[in-house]
Amino acid sequence: MTWDPGGDVVEVLRTPAPGAARGTYRAFGETLRGLKTTFGRFTEKAVTIQYPEEKTPVYPRFRGRHKLHRFEDTNLEKCVGCSLCAAACPADCIRVVAAENTPENRVSAGERYAAVYEINLSRCIFCGYCEVACPFDAITMGHDYEMSDYTRSDLIFTKEMLLAEPIERTPLRREGE
Amino acid sequence: MLATVGFYEAWWIQIVKAIVIFAVGLQLVPIVLIAERKLLGRFQARYGPNRVGPYGALQPLADIVKLLTKEQFRPSTSAGFLFALAPTISILTAVAAFAIIPFGNVQHIFGTPVGLYGIDVSIGPLYLFAFGAVAFYGIMLGGWSSGSKYSFLGAMRGAAQLISYEVSQGLALVGVIFTAGTLSLTGIVQAQQGMWYIVPQFFGFVVFLVAGFAETNRAPFDLTEADAELVGGYNTEYGGGRFASYYFAEYLNVLVVSGIVTTVFLGGWLMPFGIHPPGWVDPFVVLFKMGLMTFFFIWIRATLPRLRYDQLMSFGWKILLPLATLNALVTAVLVVVTH
Repeated sequence: MTWDPGGDVVEVLRTPAPGAARGTYRAFGETLRGLKTTFGRFTEKAVTIQYPEEKTPVYPRFRGRHKLHRFEDTNLEKCVGCSLCAAACPADCIRVVAAENTPENRVSAGERYAAVYEINLSRCIFCGYCEVACPFDAITMGHDYEMSDYTRSDLIFTKEMLLAEPIERTPLRREGE
Repeated sequence: MLATVGFYEAWWIQIVKAIVIFAVGLQLVPIVLIAERKLLGRFQARYGPNRVGPYGALQPLADIVKLLTKEQFRPSTSAGFLFALAPTISILTAVAAFAIIPFGNVQHIFGTPVGLYGIDVSIGPLYLFAFGAVAFYGIMLGGWSSGSKYSFLGAMRGAAQLISYEVSQGLALVGVIFTAGTLSLTGIVQAQQGMWYIVPQFFGFVVFLVAGFAETNRAPFDLTEADAELVGGYNTEYGGGRFASYYFAEYLNVLVVSGIVTTVFLGGWLMPFGIHPPGWVDPFVVLFKMGLMTFFFIWIRATLPRLRYDQLMSFGWKILLPLATLNALVTAVLVVVTH
């Protein structure tokens, strides 16, 4: 008993033999079919996303520009300056200088805090290892992807910049999109 | 023997007519240009140019300004005089061919009879083919005088293309001329009062249209340009204003072929179903039909891939020519039998 492939069979379309009258007739028919296809596209809406005005929505797990977080209740920084992110970074673009918390100047929840926290985004490869390495979920990858700038030094993001909310929110893809 | 001209006006009317027709005709070229880019965009599910001006309407202006402010570059291997002359030939022949398209019958404007066409020659189609053949020199000389192999290959392809389609194009019109009994384009339009020639001369229409695509060097017969393999063919070495001339001539040729098809097969200024509008509507009817034909040109360009060189040759000689000949023969027999 032979196997019946069912509806999966795709008939092979052969080009018309050169010069043959039958081939020309078929080419004429195929031309009409092609015209119908292109006219179908013509009546549809354009799929273009007009970029600077409308942005491509990103997936929730999209790895964009980093964010540093604070505790919502105490407003203390989550980062304790342990430098594990800097150790994990394959591009070596994170620089952390830690300092001791004092009772007068309490910045983070832990013993120490990051006095300097810089990410050189012109080096960053957006691998997300820093996020994985962080024991306090202090650093996560955000959704921003518009980070072009005129000078290289402008791409070195300081702790204040990373803690701040992005100026313009990147649209997020909806469920099932 | 010289060709006779169907209708004479005073010299000043002819000058005014020339200015008006070309003022309108040449304004159509940028419109066709933006229409092509917008429509091609829509055919490919994108928008086309939409940044310059409202809906990108000023894009042709931006293109022209860009091209005209560029340096007039000339390769050191080129033949100077011919290199500059070739685009001029292209644009000149296109403009000259535009002169015979009738936009309406003789109208009485302020009591003065004026024919709404550049000139009504008694040899309309022959005039067209004459300028079509000369237009080819624009491509041939341009390709040869550039002194570049790509340009030369493009020009050679143009030569092969010309001899493959021009005979069939001529024969496709022979059937119409038999039926109408006149070579004057206004006469041909008037002979279509009862029925447009697209119906009785359908094969002539198809052959002429296909040959028209070849004459304007547009897809699927744009193998003289063939951007993919010849980097632009005959106009590879052209830039700036000279390239703009070629570009302009191409789109004017599209308009000319649309106009000729409108005149010869689509009833010119005649309206279907026996509607007889006042005379001033005629040019708009012609322009509307030309617009439809131009849309079809763009539609075809968006649909069909470029033919290979040998495919064009075998198509021209083995299909188009026999079809056109058969069409002319059958028409001749029918005309003799019925009259």
